[in-house]
Formats: sequence, structure tokens, C-alpha cells
Amino acid sequence: MEEILNIFLKAAFIENMALAFFLGMCSFLAVSNTVKTSMGLGIAVTFVLIFTTPLNFLINYYFLKPGALTWISDSLKDIDLSYLSFLIFIATIATAVQIVEMVVEKSFPSLYNSLGIFLPLIAVNCAILGASLFMQEREYSSLSQVIPFSLGSGIGWLLAIVSLAAIREKITYSNIPEPLKGPGIAFITTGLLAIAFMSFMGIQL
Amino acid sequence: MENKEPLFSAKIKKTFLEPLNINNPITIQILGICSALAVTVKFKPALVMAISVVVVTGFSNLIIALLRNTIPMRIRIIVQLTVIATLVIIVDQILKAFVYDVSKQLSVFVGLIITNCIVMGRLEAFAMANKPWPSFVDGIANGLGYGIILIIVAFFREILGNGTILNEKIIPDFLYNAGYLNNGLVILPPMALIFIGIIIWVQRGVLIKKK
Repeated sequence: MEEILNIFLKAAFIENMALAFFLGMCSFLAVSNTVKTSMGLGIAVTFVLIFTTPLNFLINYYFLKPGALTWISDSLKDIDLSYLSFLIFIATIATAVQIVEMVVEKSFPSLYNSLGIFLPLIAVNCAILGASLFMQEREYSSLSQVIPFSLGSGIGWLLAIVSLAAIREKITYSNIPEPLKGPGIAFITTGLLAIAFMSFMGIQL
Repeated sequence: MENKEPLFSAKIKKTFLEPLNINNPITIQILGICSALAVTVKFKPALVMAISVVVVTGFSNLIIALLRNTIPMRIRIIVQLTVIATLVIIVDQILKAFVYDVSKQLSVFVGLIITNCIVMGRLEAFAMANKPWPSFVDGIANGLGYGIILIIVAFFREILGNGTILNEKIIPDFLYNAGYLNNGLVILPPMALIFIGIIIWVQRGVLIKKK
């Protein structure tokens, strides 16, 4: 139980997807103009994350890892399919996003309209593929580690984008040098936000 | 193929030069920041990353431009992702074979070229509607535009953070004796964002003045 909590907190704060690894930055900077839409996007990303990362874990565990195919037959134990992982992971993610898009369109039309183009673009949100690749690289060994990891990553990303959106809503009223307006100041704000998030770094779990 | 246009026409030249400055993928289009920042601590990984991205953008644009009339609209994203992912796998295997230490440093970020918005963005915006040769040039140029920013940021971060370039010492010893210290803050990931913010500031400032 304690381990699960640790993985969750570590993924959400210490190794925050957006502010420590800069994953999902494109939509992070593009959608963070208002708190409301960024909240919607954050929830959608979290949802796709907790769906795809465990799925990719299972695929990796039972098909792609070196020696993973031994459950079919012993003669397959030398086969290492891990070079296929990029292709398989992105296919899972693209499919999951397609499904989420259809579900949201049918059941929550208002959210669907407010997210617009950014819903299909979740497929190319690096945070999601990143989570799958980190899961593979860190060699998590069971679903009880992967699920809190993906949930934590999603929540961490959500927190980061909502806090940036809140700051940017205020910044619109400030007097910023002309060339720095828009993306420039957003970058610098994100940088400062990331420095603030780094204060979690020293915490040992 | 009846291609009346000369190989290096003015239009091609424009396609090539625009992404390097006035339409730079990172600073103007704000694409592909995801993988850009984490790899810029040192000069060498940034260089390798830049080359990998140039290869992937160039060839994915070329392949999609060749296939553009046969791809059904509805499943184009999956087709594009498959092409990109295959190219990235090839790049990843090559890096693992020839520059293993850098490939270890880049870790997941080579894989993340797949979701680099520049690649997808150029496929959608350019390769789906243009002939193979201009698409190839556009891909290479956007990759280079990305690479330039990466290299500028990595240059400043390595020289300010470690006092080295490609692990060669640049800052002379007498400065250290006089009390100069490497800036540890620059190595931390958030500074990459602030550097890019400053680059955007300078670039837009120059562009606004030109107008």
C-alpha cells in the first residue's frame, strides 16, 4: 500500500510529466489560455493515460519483452520484440484516443465542442507516449505499480496545466514588452513554475 | 515524372529558408517543444537529437507525399503515425548501434520523436498537399529549424553550466581562479524553458523592428 502511494506521489509531483520532463508541452502551451478548457483537456489526458499505460504494460509484458513469449511455448524464449514497442504503443494510443473521442462526442457534447481539435491531438501528446516509454524503461513489474504511476502522471499533468492557465489568465492584464507577449512569456512562466515544482525534488519517499 | 519546376527554384528556396527563421517551428509555430527541452543540457545529445529529427521529418514528409493520393482521409493519422514510428525505430536502432552512450542519455526522448508535433504538423500542413520534392525540402528545413534552436540552447547551457563544449574546456582557468563559478541552475531543466523564452523575445523583437 505504501509503495503504491509512493509511486503515485512521485509521478504526480517529483517527476511531474509537464514540469520535470516537459512532456505534452505543445498542447500545454496552446490550450492553457483559460482554466476551463485546460481542465477539460487535463481530464481527457488523465483518462487516456490510465487507460493506455496499463494496456501497453500488458502488451509489453506478454508480447514484447525479451523472453516474454514463453507463455506460448518454450521455443520462443529467445525472441525479443522490444524494437517494435514504439509502433505498438502508438497504435494502442491512437486507437484509445479514437474511442475516447467517440465516447465524448456521444455522451458529453458540450465538452467535445470546447476541446475541439485538441481531443484528437491527444494522440500525439508526448505525455501519453512518454508514460508508456517510462513504464517500459523503469521496468515496472506489476499492474499495481503501473496503475498508480499512470494515474499520478495524469493528475500531475492536470495540476500543471491548470495552474499555468490560472497564471496566464492574470498575465493578460499585465504590461509585458511587445515581443515577449504570448508564447514568450508563457515559456518563461512555465520555467518559473517548473523551478517552483523542483522544491519537491529533495523529498525522499 | 514530368516535373517542369527546376530542382532549386525560388519557391523551393523559400520553402527551405522560411522554417529556419521567420517561420521557425519552435519559436514561431510553437511546435515540438516536448522533446526539445530535456535533451539540451549537453551539446552532444542535442546535436544527435537534432540530426535524428532532421532525418525523421525529411523522410516522413517524403514518404507521405508519395502516398498522399492513396491515403484515405479518415485513417490518415494512424497511417502517418505508422510511417513516423517506423522511421523512428530505424533511427533508434542506428543510434543504439553506433553511439550507444548518447542513445542511453537520450533514453525515451528518441521514441518521443514520434509524438513530436513538428513531424505530425508538417505532414498535415505540407506533405499531404504537395509534391514529394518540395515536401522533402520542407521536412529537412523544419528539422533544421528545430535543430538550430536546440543547438543554441544546448550551447549556452553547456558553456554556462559546465564551462565546456563537447566536453572540451572552454572557460579558461584564470577565470576560475578569479572566482568564476559554473552556474548550477542552468543545468536544471526549467532553465531550458527560460532560454527558449529569451530566444523568442530576441527573435520577435528583431522581426517586429523589421516591419
